[in-house]
Amino acid sequence: MRKIKLLFSGLLFAALLQAQETFPVNGVADKREGCYAFTNATIVTNAQNTLNNATLVIRDGKIIAVGTTGVVIPKDAVVVDCKDKYIYPSFIDIYSDYGIAAPQRAMGGFNFNAPAQISSNTKGAYGWNQAIKPETDAAKVFSVDDAKAKSFRDIGFGAVLTHVKDGIARGTGTVVTLANQNENLVMLKEGASAHYSFNRGTSTQSYPSSMMGSIALLRQTYLDAQWYKNKPAKEGVNLSLQAWNDNQSLPQIFEAEDKWNDLRADRIAKEFGTQYIIKGGGNEYQRIKEIAGTKSAYILSLNFPQAMDVEDPNDARSVSLGDMKHWELAPTNPAAFEKANIPFCLTTADLRDARQFMTNLRKAIEMGLSETKAMEALTKTPATLLGVYDKVGSIETGKLANFLITNGPVFSEKTTILQNWIQGDKYGVKEDAWYDVKGIYNLTLNTPSGPVTYSLDVKSAAAANVIGKDTLTSKFSFDGKQVKLSFSTVPARRPSSGAPMAAGAFGGARGGAAAAQYRLSGVANGNNWNGYGEDTAGHKITWTASFVSSGTAATDSSARRRPNIPQRLSKVTFPFDGYGWEEAPKQENLLIKNATVWTNEKEGKLENADVLVKDGKIAKVGKNLTDASAKVIDATGKHVTAGIIDEHSHIAASSINEGGQSVTSEVRIADNLNPEDINIYRQLSGGVTSSHILHGSANTIGGQTQLIKLRWGANDEDLKFKGADGFIKFALGENVKRTTSTSNNRFPDTRMGVEEVLNDAFARAKDYEKALKADPKTKRDLELDALVEIMNKKRFITCHSYVQSEITAALRIGDKYGFKFNTFTHILEGYKVADKMKAQGSSASTFSDWYYYKVEVTDAIAYNAAIMHKVGLNVCINSDDAEMARRLNQEAGKVVRYGGVSEEDALKMVTLNPAKALHVDDKVGSLKAGKDADLVIWSDNPLSIYAKSEKTIVDGIVYFDREKDAEQRKKISSERFRLTQKMIGEKRSGGPVRPAEPSFQVLLSCGDHDHKDGLYTIHTEDAETLNK
Amino acid sequence: MKKIFSTLSVLLLIAGLTKAQEVVYPAKENKGRIYITNGTVHVGNGTVLENATIEINQSKITNIGTNITAAAGATVVDAKGKHVYPGLILPATDVGLKEIGAGVRASNDFSELGEYNSNIRSITAYNTDSRVIGVLRSNGILLANIVPAGGSVSGSSTVVQLDAWNWEDAAYNMDGGLHVSMPSFINRFGGRRGGGIPPALLAQLGISFNAPADPAKAALDKVEEIKSFFRQAKAYLQEPAHENVNLKFEALRKLFDKKQKLFVHGDQVKQMLVAIDFVKEFGFDVVIVGGSESFQIADLLKANNISVILNEQHALPATEDDDIDQPYKTPAALQKAGVLFALNDGSDNARYRNLSYNAGTAATYGLTKEQALQAITLNAAKILGIADRTGSLETGKDANIVISEGDLLDMKSSTVTDAFIQGRQVSLDNKQRQLYERYKYKYSIK
Repeated sequence: MRKIKLLFSGLLFAALLQAQETFPVNGVADKREGCYAFTNATIVTNAQNTLNNATLVIRDGKIIAVGTTGVVIPKDAVVVDCKDKYIYPSFIDIYSDYGIAAPQRAMGGFNFNAPAQISSNTKGAYGWNQAIKPETDAAKVFSVDDAKAKSFRDIGFGAVLTHVKDGIARGTGTVVTLANQNENLVMLKEGASAHYSFNRGTSTQSYPSSMMGSIALLRQTYLDAQWYKNKPAKEGVNLSLQAWNDNQSLPQIFEAEDKWNDLRADRIAKEFGTQYIIKGGGNEYQRIKEIAGTKSAYILSLNFPQAMDVEDPNDARSVSLGDMKHWELAPTNPAAFEKANIPFCLTTADLRDARQFMTNLRKAIEMGLSETKAMEALTKTPATLLGVYDKVGSIETGKLANFLITNGPVFSEKTTILQNWIQGDKYGVKEDAWYDVKGIYNLTLNTPSGPVTYSLDVKSAAAANVIGKDTLTSKFSFDGKQVKLSFSTVPARRPSSGAPMAAGAFGGARGGAAAAQYRLSGVANGNNWNGYGEDTAGHKITWTASFVSSGTAATDSSARRRPNIPQRLSKVTFPFDGYGWEEAPKQENLLIKNATVWTNEKEGKLENADVLVKDGKIAKVGKNLTDASAKVIDATGKHVTAGIIDEHSHIAASSINEGGQSVTSEVRIADNLNPEDINIYRQLSGGVTSSHILHGSANTIGGQTQLIKLRWGANDEDLKFKGADGFIKFALGENVKRTTSTSNNRFPDTRMGVEEVLNDAFARAKDYEKALKADPKTKRDLELDALVEIMNKKRFITCHSYVQSEITAALRIGDKYGFKFNTFTHILEGYKVADKMKAQGSSASTFSDWYYYKVEVTDAIAYNAAIMHKVGLNVCINSDDAEMARRLNQEAGKVVRYGGVSEEDALKMVTLNPAKALHVDDKVGSLKAGKDADLVIWSDNPLSIYAKSEKTIVDGIVYFDREKDAEQRKKISSERFRLTQKMIGEKRSGGPVRPAEPSFQVLLSCGDHDHKDGLYTIHTEDAETLNK
Repeated sequence: MKKIFSTLSVLLLIAGLTKAQEVVYPAKENKGRIYITNGTVHVGNGTVLENATIEINQSKITNIGTNITAAAGATVVDAKGKHVYPGLILPATDVGLKEIGAGVRASNDFSELGEYNSNIRSITAYNTDSRVIGVLRSNGILLANIVPAGGSVSGSSTVVQLDAWNWEDAAYNMDGGLHVSMPSFINRFGGRRGGGIPPALLAQLGISFNAPADPAKAALDKVEEIKSFFRQAKAYLQEPAHENVNLKFEALRKLFDKKQKLFVHGDQVKQMLVAIDFVKEFGFDVVIVGGSESFQIADLLKANNISVILNEQHALPATEDDDIDQPYKTPAALQKAGVLFALNDGSDNARYRNLSYNAGTAATYGLTKEQALQAITLNAAKILGIADRTGSLETGKDANIVISEGDLLDMKSSTVTDAFIQGRQVSLDNKQRQLYERYKYKYSIK
């Protein structure tokens, strides 16, 4: 009796059990020790260890004994018989914002048209950037929220790490239990962790406005904080830097949210000698090798995407194969971590509905995650990472009494969590399932005409059959204590198709006795039920039922079980796009025979010539070559050229413009390469082999650029063109003075100011260099470091520019500070000052025929390249456009038409000349023995509009092959078909579906001009405009 | 200013040059006969005549063939080794309405306020002195359909010839099309999967998602509203006398009398499918402008006699999984289905000068060169309702002719040497050429 009472009264007095010493009591003191003994249980003390028939004793919120033998049950213990029950340590969620008010999000972002917010809006002695708030302390803003706590408790959690999810440096987190107690008592460890992200959150400050800006800000803050340790007088008190330094010894948790971001975060950690625990994005399985390389622990959400409604083929078309594959494979993510031996925790974060947690966890287990690992990921791993394993995470003497009582193995679909005990208090979850109500009962109705006996087959707490001569329709419910039953003595006339009890309804006695309807209610006293009720005639009756047997073999629940046949799943391809490789193409030795070979060397154009490629290099160019080791490609009638090099590109990056300030030389494109941009593959099909990824033109001194090779399928690091000089993007004119804005408040607003931005930046850099030489302890400034590199000819400029005045002004700044402007890009008035550019030795990289899309290009002419070429400049034709980059050979063809440049010289403008401008002409740009085997086999004269690239080769690897591309299209189509059918199947079988979400391709660009993209492409600057 | 101008003129004179932009004159009426001899003549309808001669009398082509002798005293243009084409037609453009798109609002007259602007006429704002026009001529584009934008019903377009003193002289087919803009059936800002750019970064970039919950429903409601406008107009026009004249409805008379076509702007499949309603319910002659997804429903377009102006070929594929060359080969898909289509050039950066290269791309990806040429000449003329006067080199048509050094569809050989509009040999000079000469002079380049 006592035991059962306990079940129902626990919550009521739970709040009274513990009280704080310092708090006055209103009323009579009611101190209780809360001693309980849980006997006969299967106790899973930790993921590896299970005790059968064991006892657990708790007192004062702590575990005082656990074991199978020798556990003494204190006399004052309330004994709970846990026969057939399982006890587990309560779970720990390492990534929550429980009890913390959601930060108010004000969307901003850099916008070419909006006024800038240059400084922080935070009041007080804090740092300069609003997104860096390490001083935030979750412990100080935490308040218990029992409704939220309940949603955690109901799915098995007992403790969480909570923090303020806002900003790039987010301050410290605090570990709390989910007990409904005063904040003082639930807090296990304040200042338990330090949190970071790439997302500036509610900060309204203009900087940073990009991924690479966030990275640069983190980097600089590490340096600033290091410097601040000595309390430099010039800084005064900076509470942010102080807090940053204080937080360094804590576990560092980084919200990265995507596989590439994980790697980016990890690189920052390594650079500053720390280690992050990384909150992943759920797509890590797509690059698990690289993820393992970080040697970090991960926090994984079980927020798996729902199937989409793709019955409308037009909607289906908008969903990419990559997204469909991710739907199918996302549940394999935890298993991939386990297989790769990467430590990880699981979190409820990002789930739309916490109740999805167990369902999704089971999905993950179905996809290969072991139950042991799942248990660890929910208990020991997070507790250990947070340094609270001495308190929570397992069932051991001395730890908090945080545990679950279930009626079966905790991850099994049939199991129910009955109770969740936290700090020694019981929180009911689903106590009606404490007793396994299932079974056959003898039901006796004491009717006016005497006792009538039926057999009652209880299927579950919500379904039971009453069996007399026939199986009778009944309604049944059991809530752990109360029983309700109603049934008719005559079977239903016709079985409705959906009724589960239809069997047996045939052949029942139809005639004769009039139907009686009974409505019964009562309570369970252990295995015996007693109650009263009423029949249709209004007679009051009493009834009893007693347990007979555990009943017939379960047949009903098996139907819903998934057949355990191995599923056919998508393959992880590299990249994870339709056009990704299942198996990456390999380097080959190739002998290309009988082609027209455009050498770009003094040999010029060779007819009927051969090119031999070995070990990724060009081994020989000439006639009648042979090589036994090489695969022969017959290129009769075809043309072979060096691969196209695009001097000005914005593909393959996660962000391009850091427009938050006029000088952002500290940001680096290299920090945020995106090797999965489909435009890499598309441009390979246009013969491009290298691209110079530039920062945008939002500010005068933009960011550091990155030269890449189009190695489709490589990771971000392997995309880089190794050994190339560093460059940086500058910009002049309309964009940097924000001409289209009617409310510009960011200096400069005129070309006069642009020139002074340059003058000032280099003046500061000169002073900085001097100071650094004099005192190595001078605060490192990454912005100025880059400018010092320029002055020391270790970094080179490519400068967006249009009109003659600004070009000349820039040249003179170069003269003043002793460096040259390596390349002027766009440079549509370059023809007006070609002589001056030549005098400084600058290259020019321009468009073939663009003009008149804004005021500074009114004098742009299609003859620009030809004039500059004839004056003797090194002239390149670039794209600055993901579409046009696929046709740069044709753009070079236009230079033949406008100004009569020779065909060979025109081709050099997209091959050798950009190689020269980028200082890599010793490696690429021409077909010469010893250079990289980056080349293209064209179907026709490469300057002709009728030419297609048949093969594009980088490092001797055929990355684009038009024949293979045709096969790939078929594969994409059949895989799309399979997944579409599977999603439709999910919908038809009643699974949750969301409307089809088009897979938009986000394109980044300098924000300079119009682009022609597909329907499902979004330009970031379009987005900014639309947001207004 | 005057001083600078005169200095410039002097410089140009010294350099042995012709004239500044302002003194590039529209050509005078042709009063005699001109013979274009010995050229490879691309008729525009698929036929090629080698070594042929075209006879022009005043404004018309009066003869074409291989055994025509030039009349004594007539002008002869020797096209030996050259290619002769019909004047190219830009079928939907804002030339003359939009001078400098970015940052100079005052120079823009292409988009009007209001939702139902059937009474708006592009021609009234058309600027014959736009700097873009001379560049187009020098690339063989001699006719253009000037299209207004803004609202759901944007107004009527007029075809102009590109060598005129003012818009009344320029008009070639006045108010031939009424333009309707379809609402979008797609949420422009949806979710992203984990790969590529994650939602967190989009947030970082300041991109938020606030599109309508059901864009298809919103779009259909909008379409119903547009149709209702046409229904009311139709009813209004059945009654000759009105107490209150409704200019918007009056402006639709030509459309209902089938003297005007309905140009429906849209790229999405559903936008185009809805456009079929305009054929079925109102019996309009419908032209799709945009049509990037038209390859998916080419047979339906054909079945409903809907023609297509493909706005942009040099575009990225619509979806990540699309064939990488899909926009390049869309013309071939339409050709195969028998859809009447024309190619356009909507590039704001090169200002529409690359029309012939769009055709070249179509020829690389599935069309024959002559089919591709037809898509920027005769097909465009048919769609714009001017095929009786232009679009091909045939006797009786206007002498709208381009002569190129080589293949006009291939950039490297496409230098235009001569052009005729209605028999007038028009100037191929423009500001770009003048600046070229000016700086050749500066650097002593030959």
